[in-house]
Amino acid sequence: MSTQVRVDDPQVGSALPRRLSSRLSGSDRAFVVAARGVGATVLLITGGIGVFLAVQAFPTLRHYGWSFFTETDWQPEADRVGIAAVLVGTVTVALVALVFAFPLGLATALYISEYAPARIRGALVSVVDLMAAVPSIIYGLWGFLLLQPYAKGIARWLHSYLGFLPFFQVDTDPDAALWEQTRYTASAFVAGLAVAMMVLPMASAVMREVFSQAPLGEREAALALGSTRWGVIRSVVLPFGRGGIIGGTMLGLGRALGETIAVALIISPAFDLKFQPLEIGTNTVSALIALRFGEADDAQLSALLTAGLVLFLGTLVVNTVAAMVVARSRSGVGTDI
Amino acid sequence: MTVLEARTPHAAPRTWVRPADDQAPTAPPRRRRTGGTKAEDRAILVGSVLAGVALSWVVCFRLLPWGNPLAFVLTAFAVFLAVVTVATAATSDGPMVTDRLAAAVISGGAAVVAIALVSTVAFTFVRGAGALTHSNMFLDDMAGVGPRDPLTNGGVLHAILGSLIQISIAVVVTVPLGIGTAVFMTEVGGRFSRVVRTVVEAMTALPSIVAGLFIYAVLILTLGVPRSGVAAAAALSVMMLPIIARAADVVLRVVPGGLREASLALGSSRWRTVWHVVLPTARAGLATALILGVARGVGETSPVLLTSGAASFVVLNPTVGAMNSLPLFIFSAIRSGEPLYVQRGFAAASILLLLVLALFVLARRIARPRTGRR
Repeated sequence: MSTQVRVDDPQVGSALPRRLSSRLSGSDRAFVVAARGVGATVLLITGGIGVFLAVQAFPTLRHYGWSFFTETDWQPEADRVGIAAVLVGTVTVALVALVFAFPLGLATALYISEYAPARIRGALVSVVDLMAAVPSIIYGLWGFLLLQPYAKGIARWLHSYLGFLPFFQVDTDPDAALWEQTRYTASAFVAGLAVAMMVLPMASAVMREVFSQAPLGEREAALALGSTRWGVIRSVVLPFGRGGIIGGTMLGLGRALGETIAVALIISPAFDLKFQPLEIGTNTVSALIALRFGEADDAQLSALLTAGLVLFLGTLVVNTVAAMVVARSRSGVGTDI
Repeated sequence: MTVLEARTPHAAPRTWVRPADDQAPTAPPRRRRTGGTKAEDRAILVGSVLAGVALSWVVCFRLLPWGNPLAFVLTAFAVFLAVVTVATAATSDGPMVTDRLAAAVISGGAAVVAIALVSTVAFTFVRGAGALTHSNMFLDDMAGVGPRDPLTNGGVLHAILGSLIQISIAVVVTVPLGIGTAVFMTEVGGRFSRVVRTVVEAMTALPSIVAGLFIYAVLILTLGVPRSGVAAAAALSVMMLPIIARAADVVLRVVPGGLREASLALGSSRWRTVWHVVLPTARAGLATALILGVARGVGETSPVLLTSGAASFVVLNPTVGAMNSLPLFIFSAIRSGEPLYVQRGFAAASILLLLVLALFVLARRIARPRTGRR
């Protein structure tokens, strides 16, 4: 046996990389085209709404100019149309809702993530999600028929004891023997309570998600240094979840601004520029649309669409800022809101 | 060095046998309990709750002319906090008092939310119970039934059927588009998909009433479609499409990339990868996203308020004319103010709530095996 030396074949030597084909096969090309087509359709539909609203808003803004934002009345027959009052009403209802939803949502989220026994934690998470799925009209019924009779008593109490604060003012005498009950009903306060029930689960779900991601090592470090459970929450959980708290609340605010049917059921429409949430009569952009679209002619419809556009832009800004706050915070990396 | 010297014994090292300690317990040492509550804490908690409720009852129903359940709950909570603080301060020191107070505030806040939710659900069913006992409520419509007719006449069948027809059309429209968009955004990608994603995410902020107004202005006023089930379904679709597309996008993005790469490495095409690997993996999540979107759509009143009209009889053809739905029926019934009609509204609200609850439970059932804890 002899050892054979392999002779390199000089013709093979050029080490060119193998040619890889990245050309799509027929079915793949069809898939990509079809997927792109679906995406384009959805872009057309959803983007079309925005473009349509903007185009429709044009004649209104040209006709009324800046006064569309400063006029409080909505009298198309007198050619006086403006959204100052409804914008203020929208913000008032949303703020009342947040005043209740923020602390309660925070407490619920903290309870579920820190205090609840591990056995029932999953069930509680489901209950909060279910609360978000309850239709808004049902919260409207609750606020209108169950809560309102009692809420007016609370409103009167706030007025008579804290009435020196301007936003608890109501134009009636709280201490009269027969107090004017109707002055305290159908107000932004009651509507805000109903809206708070819709805001709360959204805000609470985001907060809980973020709290549950607070690093275990830091919690244990705090406990090892002798802190109480509240100490852990204050020094680890809350600082870690700050982005989630702010973002979740703002997400709820976006929902509160657009809420229609519960508000339309509860309020008595009024077009005054007022900052007295306890008093009867307010209006919001969405309730204005719901109650006025039926009698609208072309010009008025355009005005309603403009109001809708303003509302949409408002919620869009709020939601975008909320998403940014959550994504930028330390805790928000893995959280989808 | 000195230490070593000090420790080194002068004598030669010896082996020591440790004397058996006959006092030591023979049982293995039991683990000390570090968590849990002490009897004292439990006593404080129970006592504080009782004190809060009792004192609040005295204040609200005996001393002051409030007589108001809402005030009762709020006063009871305030008294409870005060008693907890004082009682803990009597037995423990500073940080412990803060801890107890914080625990009381947080648990109490959660309890207030629970009371509100339970009262919402219970209120709806209690007020609707009177009407729900009549079977005609489910089997009849409101044709020829006046608002003051007794509850043995008429029902909400037309609203139930209308809701189901409208939401079915909306699902048929939104599911292929929504999931297709999500597939496009995650599996195809590219610059165009980022544009689509931005716009879809922006459109989830669209208030439902504006979606309804858009369909009202475009379909009904401009294109001349009558107010009908189709128009209502279109409004619901416009509202649900961004929600479902975005939720499906979130679900598809968490499908592990390794699965896709394994499938591609085995030589399957991109289309087969999506159809046989990505979508089956995400099926449970997609179903959950869809069902939650449906639950949201079926309860939404404002789009149908603008677009469907309200018929008082069963309409099965969604293209011909006015068609009622559950949320719309509830809204008009409550606004009528007639006691019997309001009761019908509550019956419809109970049915709607049951429908949403069933959808929700279904979503949980489907989601459970895969995701487990979320």
